[in-house]
Amino acid sequence: MGVRTWLGSWPVYRQLTGSDPLGLGAAAKSARSKELTARTETADSVARSICPYCAVGCGQRVYVKDGQVTQIEGDPDSPISRGRLCPKGAASKNLVTSELRQQKVRYRRPYGTEWEDLDLATAMDMIADRVIAARDATWEDVDSDGRPLHRTLGFASLGGATLDNEENYLIKKLFTALGALQIENQARI
Amino acid sequence: MAECHPVGFQWVMEAKDRGATVIHVDPRFTRTSALADRYVPIRAGTDIAFLGGIVNYILANELDFREYVLAYTNAATIISEDFRDAEDIDGLFSGFKPDRHAYDSTTWQYEGQPTLTAGGADTNNQRATAGPLLHESHGPPLAAGDHRRDETLRDPRCVYQILKRHFARYTPEVVEATCGVSREAFQAVCEAWTRNSGRERTTALVYSVGWTQHSVGVQYIRTGAIIQALLGNMGRPGGGILALRGHASIQGSTDVPTLFNLLPGYLPMPHHALHPTFDAWVGSMSAPDQKGFWASARAYATSLLKAYWGDAATADNDYCYDYLPRMTGDHGTYETALSMIDGTVKGYFLLGQNPAVGSAHGRAQRLGMANLDWLVVRDLFMIESATFWKDGPEVATGEVVPERCATEVFFLPAASHVEKEGTFTQTQRLLQWREKAVEPPGDARSELWFFYHLGRIIRRKLAGSTQARDRAILDLTWDYPESGAESDPSAEAVLKELNGYEVATGKPLSTYVQARDDGSTAVGCWIYTGVYADGVNQAARRKPGSEQSWVALEWGWSWPLNRRILYNRASADPQGRPWSERKAYIRWDDKQGKWIGPDVPDFEPTKHPEYRPPEGATGPAGLAGDDAFIMQADGKAWLYVPSGLIDGPLPTHYEPVESPIRNPLYGQQANPARRAYQRPDNQLNPSPPEAHSDVFPYVLAVGRLTEHHTAGGMSRNLRYLAELQPAMFVEVSPELAAERGLEHLGWAHLVTLRSAIEARVVVTERITPLRVGGRVLHQIWVPYHWGGQGLTRGDSANDLFGIVLDPNVLIQENKVGTCDIRPGRRPTGPALRDYIAEYHRRAGVTPERRSPIVTTDPHRED
Ligand code: SF4
Repeated sequence: MGVRTWLGSWPVYRQLTGSDPLGLGAAAKSARSKELTARTETADSVARSICPYCAVGCGQRVYVKDGQVTQIEGDPDSPISRGRLCPKGAASKNLVTSELRQQKVRYRRPYGTEWEDLDLATAMDMIADRVIAARDATWEDVDSDGRPLHRTLGFASLGGATLDNEENYLIKKLFTALGALQIENQARI
Repeated sequence: MAECHPVGFQWVMEAKDRGATVIHVDPRFTRTSALADRYVPIRAGTDIAFLGGIVNYILANELDFREYVLAYTNAATIISEDFRDAEDIDGLFSGFKPDRHAYDSTTWQYEGQPTLTAGGADTNNQRATAGPLLHESHGPPLAAGDHRRDETLRDPRCVYQILKRHFARYTPEVVEATCGVSREAFQAVCEAWTRNSGRERTTALVYSVGWTQHSVGVQYIRTGAIIQALLGNMGRPGGGILALRGHASIQGSTDVPTLFNLLPGYLPMPHHALHPTFDAWVGSMSAPDQKGFWASARAYATSLLKAYWGDAATADNDYCYDYLPRMTGDHGTYETALSMIDGTVKGYFLLGQNPAVGSAHGRAQRLGMANLDWLVVRDLFMIESATFWKDGPEVATGEVVPERCATEVFFLPAASHVEKEGTFTQTQRLLQWREKAVEPPGDARSELWFFYHLGRIIRRKLAGSTQARDRAILDLTWDYPESGAESDPSAEAVLKELNGYEVATGKPLSTYVQARDDGSTAVGCWIYTGVYADGVNQAARRKPGSEQSWVALEWGWSWPLNRRILYNRASADPQGRPWSERKAYIRWDDKQGKWIGPDVPDFEPTKHPEYRPPEGATGPAGLAGDDAFIMQADGKAWLYVPSGLIDGPLPTHYEPVESPIRNPLYGQQANPARRAYQRPDNQLNPSPPEAHSDVFPYVLAVGRLTEHHTAGGMSRNLRYLAELQPAMFVEVSPELAAERGLEHLGWAHLVTLRSAIEARVVVTERITPLRVGGRVLHQIWVPYHWGGQGLTRGDSANDLFGIVLDPNVLIQENKVGTCDIRPGRRPTGPALRDYIAEYHRRAGVTPERRSPIVTTDPHRED
């Protein structure tokens, strides 16, 4: 190792002579960190997204490699957030990749004491049957004066403030066509 | 704001760096207070007294922006001679009907005006259906014709003088005695706000659910609106009233509502008695000869029905109007939860929401779910609302026994925000499209997938049905293009339907002005028209902020028509000139013959400022060139609200429903028109003038932490967040800690008539005891994020609250209540219910007891 190389490996020397007088960046870099590559650089693709927590609507960049989310960062292009994320937005990779996330349908039968497995397609079919049955059992055609009611108060729904507009539109459209009224979300709360 | 909308708060700090004064009013010292120029502690639930004091300061000293007020507000309008103010009737307005504790609003109208609100003059129907929520996009109807005005503002019946009399008693002394705010601090806020408003300067007002979650929440915001309109801060850069909303798309879920009383774009869900026919329904939205843009309601309504029912919707069948279900009253989430307890609701869908923790009266929520036939929970993680039958608090008390609980539960895993594409609408009405990064894991699916396929399966099962009731579901347009291995429906196709299109050609509309009432256009949500203009997804635009103007019109898309500041015509004077160069925004350019500026003008683009409508003109043509508030039927910002509100045309200080003190201003203690559910399982803590309020002597306030999110489903399961805020806690002042023997980091429990919860004690000066009504009053603060699941677990603050709602929008009062606090942990098992029963006994509360609602003599006139 020549003297120059030896000196150059000494952070204080780099801090005094280089472009990083405060010693916050290049001057403080070790040989090991020099060899590291950011996950954001090796990603296969980047999706432009928005933080799913509060309504500030900070921009996110979602980095993907081999079909897995490897990093989520603030989007510096966003005129709202300018690349920043608060603790929740910054933790959202953990929200997406957490091993605690439920990935399978769970089913609890009436009077059951434990969860059971259920196939998704079967669950969809069972839910459709229950909606139809609840609607049939509670359908109201007209009020006592013969004016139209065309509705059911037999089933209800709550949620939507964390969902997309397109999703809320289909929820409202489907339930309204089924005659259901008690469709609510966090905006009421 | 620094706690709950941290990244938005960077702009407040930037303004502060440039010399702005930041004032923070809150019951508790937070990170926002730490960075503010002045922090003002206040008794929770007294904001109308505080803000009313500021209105009084402005009017008593004639500090209003007079030119703005005369031109753009209804200050000069004359009100009916039959109107009686709350000052005259000890806290009640004229028209109060004690038997229904609701108003007949006939006497509140502009002179000579009939009442035209959707529900008529009787506010009882409107309360049940949260009617005022319709006015998030537009004002209530007014009949045609000019309203008598007094431009000198001297007529005793003009709005300005009524306002002045109404708030005259809201003096600094009353503010001090009511809110616990010192006269010195109050004076400083008054001076800073008024000094910083006018031609050269503007002041912004920011609020959040600390204002909405009250039995008189809408009127809190109204008081703020009165101040901002009097000071000329609306429609101008750096001004306005900014509602900081708490969920990524909570604005979107109101615009494209999953709310019982609304259809997309703030159209009313029909009411069986008020809207038996299509014409009655449309007629209720706008008067036939009304001025302003809302006059086109018929086109928006027809186009929605076309979007829903396509070819089946024709002029001959009133565009399938009879397919719409009819409201008969309150079908809101709290009514629904109580109906579950009563056994009339059979099934329930929970979509990314956790009422067992997040809704008031957690016990009622869980007992309701335990009484269902079936429940579908769609979420990312296993939440309390899915496991109440297994390990909820009522299993511990023995009230729910798994072997005897019949509820069938389906838990379906949901896709996360990076596993689907679509738009969120953030807090300033801005739609931002998200790209899909990866496929969801395992059985996880988007709501779009779930509802599209659920609809498909139901339609398949009902195909061939001859029942009349099934026509609406079978005739529904439900054909979205599918793609991918899981047959995902196209979100972009749904966005195009929201935007609206010409039926004949499928060509997307570019503005809601193109919507027609003859069935030739289909529009899913008229206020979103333009988001898919020219067939381009405008919400996906991502021109970097650094490469465009500070208004950033090319980032996302905001409704209506990409306008970023609403009512921005008011940023210019009546002649169309900026009020000052410093605050220039939109102005009239005579050479080009149009309005210009950095934003999209919120006005007809070429309407001259001196345009005056010809006699009998209606719709937009009926608005003059200086009627800046174009969604109002008279083009004016309303200081006084003649119709559209249920609890009075002016904000009035009422105590929270649970309060330790008697209302210092009126015999009427709390909001007389509040939505109450008086039943044995929803008893509220006694408040004066009822006896035994001393059993619950402390004010309870609730809030959020930066590191957690609402009911915790999306934060208590995250490692970093759970580590940053690892436990449920309660903040108390050193003085209260001494009074009740509470030890820092030790245990304490809080008690109400609903339940008791335990938490770690944080003794902190962030909470200050206040002097109110001649005595020291202690406030207690708890976060509400915890529940029995997740990496960090604890008791739920919402278990402490009962259910009582704001009458205008049916939002619950759970930002303030009363409680008791004791050292040590709460009892467990069945002993917990015995403990609560003992509090009922001490408070003199039997199952038959009803809290008094009217606490003054309605026939008395001072
Ligand atoms: S990063 Fe924080 S401030 Fe930004 S949207 Fe997400 S939760 Fe809100």
